[in-house]
Amino acid sequence: MTAHSSTINAVIANRRGRTRRYAVVLSVLLVLVVAVFAVTLAVGQSVTPPGDVLRVLLGEEVAGASFSVGQLRLPRAVLSILAGLCFGLGGVAFQVMLRNPLASPDIIGITSGAGAAAVFAIVVLSMSGPIVSVFAIVAGLGVALLVYGLSFRNGVAGTRLILVGIGVSAMLQSVIAYILQSAPAWSLQEAMRWLTGSVNGAKLDQALPLLFALLFFGGVLLSRSRDLEALRLGDDMAAALGTRVSRTRMLVIVAAVGLIASATAATGPIAFVAFLSGPIAGRIVRNDGSLLIPSALTGAVLVLAADYVGQHLLPGRYPVGVVTGALGAPYLIYLIIRVNRIGGSL
Amino acid sequence: MTDHLLVATGLSAGYDDTEILHGLDLTVPPGRITVIVGANACGKSTFLRTLSRLISPSKGQVLLDGKSIHRTPSRDLARTLGLLPQSPIAPEGITVADLVSRGRHPHQSLFSRWTRQDDEAVDSALSATKTFELAERPVDELSGGQRQRVWIAMALAQQTDILLLDEPTTFLDINHQIEVLDLLTDLNRTRGTTVVMVLHDLNLAARYADHLVALAEGRVHVSGTPEAVLTEDTVRHVFGLESRVITDPTSGRPIMLPIGRHRMAASTDTAREPSSKEKNA
Repeated sequence: MTAHSSTINAVIANRRGRTRRYAVVLSVLLVLVVAVFAVTLAVGQSVTPPGDVLRVLLGEEVAGASFSVGQLRLPRAVLSILAGLCFGLGGVAFQVMLRNPLASPDIIGITSGAGAAAVFAIVVLSMSGPIVSVFAIVAGLGVALLVYGLSFRNGVAGTRLILVGIGVSAMLQSVIAYILQSAPAWSLQEAMRWLTGSVNGAKLDQALPLLFALLFFGGVLLSRSRDLEALRLGDDMAAALGTRVSRTRMLVIVAAVGLIASATAATGPIAFVAFLSGPIAGRIVRNDGSLLIPSALTGAVLVLAADYVGQHLLPGRYPVGVVTGALGAPYLIYLIIRVNRIGGSL
Repeated sequence: MTDHLLVATGLSAGYDDTEILHGLDLTVPPGRITVIVGANACGKSTFLRTLSRLISPSKGQVLLDGKSIHRTPSRDLARTLGLLPQSPIAPEGITVADLVSRGRHPHQSLFSRWTRQDDEAVDSALSATKTFELAERPVDELSGGQRQRVWIAMALAQQTDILLLDEPTTFLDINHQIEVLDLLTDLNRTRGTTVVMVLHDLNLAARYADHLVALAEGRVHVSGTPEAVLTEDTVRHVFGLESRVITDPTSGRPIMLPIGRHRMAASTDTAREPSSKEKNA
């Protein structure tokens, strides 16, 4: 009897340990997001005292700070956070669902599909506002369907889906380049936005549709977080545990594409954020809980920090996507070598 | 322990356009160990997958207590009917205790927290499979036999009255095969769990089964006690192999000895000529 009570106490201690470590990770990431957000608001070309930043945020008119903080830094930081959350969440949902870190939406063409549709809507059809996001979401779903369909043969094999996706992605990239080429009046800055992603010229009213997309699609994803965890054990095991696999997969695809496409319509395809956030979060969280929220927070930190580096810490100014691209490419190479060697999963 | 009744009636199923099961009938005896055997591609895995609703039948149905499992809410079913698939995936670096606790999935929901009952189920699953000492170890560092015990522990934590297993002994060394089958027998004896499994090895199947089912070409060729099922006729029909079936002196169950074209002694007392290597050893 004593043996029994000691073993169950060990089981309880073990479970509480996981819960506690998960809570710590979440808090640290949250603090990190807030800290980087605060720094990007306060420190730019000039340093604004924290008190002034706070007063601007509360809507007061502060001489010398209202413009730089309220008009320049705040919209940029808000858009960075929202886009980072969307990319991080949508990316990890795909990676977990397909049990492969390479199955990220920016690798398998969904981001480029949404980007191509957004460029087409803006440049060719002269559209603007939320309708562009709708365009991007529909195109993103279309590409997801296309990649899925092209790689379907007696069920979808992960590697085939990724290779098909890389091909589709390359095609769509050239579509983006072609549209930008044929629009002579297009500025280099805008072109960079659609090629690598940028939060230059961010406006607060761009943030609102993105916030709605985050709340809606993010909510759908979080409601499926338990089933996503079950899917990590394999489709058969997930079904045996009572998960409806195909329904879960469909909901997750729609929600993740919604997130990725909305963010892409707002900032362009910020390179590799969707791809990097999940694995980074995975290293920190290990198996102590769902990767969804940690990965979303990681995405926010990545975009905020990378934009800050691109603006202030490098010689010359670079859009955020150039910095994240420089981070992501080596990791992609590392991953391909590793997967090739051992056939790993996330 | 309530004895749930799992019945397949007129079951046809397959993949895409290929039908693999052709109108198969089977009643699983409650509280017993049922073992399904048959040649490769005879449909034994497909049958187990259809029994556990991973595949929808094209004709016929699987009934659990008279109700079609394909119409039962997934989570309700997962509290009665457990399945250990052939190749489940352990997330990289996951610990034994963590993996086993995931068996509680169908007993929880998005907003329900862990209960004492959940902890007790995990604890008793770890103890029953003797994996408690491994609780903190990462699953990917374990040996094949240990890993299979951990997966069985996870299925146990699910606390289902019926447990289906798809070739639970594949890729295991013979000592680990026996260990896993002994463990499943313990569970059947102590908890009354109904066990249904596919096994590759006829002799192990006959030794551990209460009820043996031999499939051939997508139908039940014969089913019943191991003595009634494992006969020279069955082996000839199911595997197209000549054999002798004798009684295993240790278990009293039938044991099959294949007859090939070579290495047949003229009579049982003619010993094989030892090779030079063995002489030197």
